[in-house]
Amino acid sequence: MHMADALIAPAVAGTMYVLSTGAAGVSVKKVREESDESKIPVMGVMGAFVFATQMLNFTIPGTGSSGHLCGGMMLSALLGPYAGFLTMIGVLLVQCLLFADGGLMALGCNVWNMAFYGCFIGALLIWRPIMKKGASRAKIILASILGCVLTLQLGAFSVTLETLISGITELPFSTFVATMQPIHLAIGFVEGLITSAVLIFIYEARPELLWGVGEASEKKEAKLSLKKTIIVLAVAALICGGFVSLYASAFPDGLEWSMEQVAGTSELEAEGTVYETAESIQETTSLLPDYAFPDSEAAVGTSFSGIVGAILVATLSAVFCYVFRFFRKKTETKTA
Amino acid sequence: MNSIEKRLVELNKLQDLQQRSHWMNNLHPLGKLLISVIYIFLVTSVGKYEIVPLILLSVYIIFTYIIGELSFREGIYRMRLILPLVLFVGIFNPFLDKTTVMIAGYSVSGGMVSMLTLMIKGLYTVLAVYVLIATTSIDDICYALRTVKVPKIIVIVIMLIYRYIDVMSNEADRIYTAYRLRAPGQKGIEYRSWGTLVGQWLLRSMDKARVVYESMHLRGFKGDFILKKKGVKKIDVIYPIVWGLILLFIRFYAGRGVL
Repeated sequence: MHMADALIAPAVAGTMYVLSTGAAGVSVKKVREESDESKIPVMGVMGAFVFATQMLNFTIPGTGSSGHLCGGMMLSALLGPYAGFLTMIGVLLVQCLLFADGGLMALGCNVWNMAFYGCFIGALLIWRPIMKKGASRAKIILASILGCVLTLQLGAFSVTLETLISGITELPFSTFVATMQPIHLAIGFVEGLITSAVLIFIYEARPELLWGVGEASEKKEAKLSLKKTIIVLAVAALICGGFVSLYASAFPDGLEWSMEQVAGTSELEAEGTVYETAESIQETTSLLPDYAFPDSEAAVGTSFSGIVGAILVATLSAVFCYVFRFFRKKTETKTA
Repeated sequence: MNSIEKRLVELNKLQDLQQRSHWMNNLHPLGKLLISVIYIFLVTSVGKYEIVPLILLSVYIIFTYIIGELSFREGIYRMRLILPLVLFVGIFNPFLDKTTVMIAGYSVSGGMVSMLTLMIKGLYTVLAVYVLIATTSIDDICYALRTVKVPKIIVIVIMLIYRYIDVMSNEADRIYTAYRLRAPGQKGIEYRSWGTLVGQWLLRSMDKARVVYESMHLRGFKGDFILKKKGVKKIDVIYPIVWGLILLFIRFYAGRGVL
């Protein structure tokens, strides 16, 4: 479910970064309030654990294929939503940098799609209410399956929306959704089963490690903070989305605007013999003047010259780089 | 070689690249991080039918791979993880987008062009991240993140995750190898085995985390890592500025109105 940079437009990426940063801000504040230094190494080691478990594939019964854990729900059940969310950010950033799973610009989307839903929705709205009066095998199975299915469905739906809003695909909304949701329904169900198996093992061996079990008294506070968080995030999204789109449509080209303000025109005219001589040299030597074939006004030449020019620049830059590297190595050998 | 072993090999290769004494490795990490983000931003901002600016934007990739002595093959290989989703999203464009676009005098289906630009964007963005990570260690990236005021708790968690990936991945490899020897020919681990197999491992990891914390605490850990301050040289400033200007020029002027 990792989004790639190529699948999103900068405005969507920016909006999702703002939303994810908001959730990260709340999480950092909450973890700081706990002022438990010992939690930091646990978060690091658990992050590496989730990273490594994602390398282990599980068989999807009856299909002959395999999948891997997302881990958000499991982390939340062990670390709580806030520390779990911050750990997931670390996991996603490291995955993106080391293995190109995701992208730097798409990180905001991935954090939202996988960490926010898994940790906040999964932990605060599903795990905690189910566990508030104590845990049992049946409750863990219910919370894990419900949590994984719902959060993966929300994540997959967000992937669809983010891609469609970015204008990347021509797939109709209904087709895209109809493809994404059932796949993630199956994955979510199996992930839920596996998460519950692991958590039941923990519950039977070391039940004190599970988060949010029997904490009915904190329900009110948690509800309030989540509500506040959602309101803040929604307002941030509206402001950001509105501002970015307004700015993008009002000022499409900064330099031309500046030139028009200063000179009254976006194209400057120059006079004098030096300019005339330079112009005549340019006209004689340029292969494709004005992005077109010489003595041609056709649109055909315009497009062709653009492509030829671009490829020429790319090729020349490659040649230049190789020459530069060759001479540099020669100099280094001489110095040695 | 199974998938975990392949990833470990990939990780070791990256660590070797990061430890080279190449001048690009010695550049300030903040500059490299910023220019990578700017590059990815500009690539993704190119319109779906604009092929010329995309070809021109390859200049950055060509420069960094040739001068940085990086392998194009290794970079392209990293596409494998994002390729399925990118392919799924783009593959229907030729059938659904009936717009006609003129390219080199020929009428071409807009869907074909948009699929091509999507693939190119996917390739460039993956290659750009590879340039960053092959010339900058995670510790240096964390230093850059701290410089731009990313909360220290997030940065510390990233550094810890990175430190323990090797240990955890090796453990995952041992578990998987042991399982495969007992269940030959099975694809993945059967879901009924996950409870005890991964549960045990999880408990060991939690205990390991406690030992790690105690060791760190005994060595004076006060909730932060002390990162050595990096000096800023002329090249550290010139490199991102020059690239920033070149890329902005290419994106907004060089290919403008051409296609």
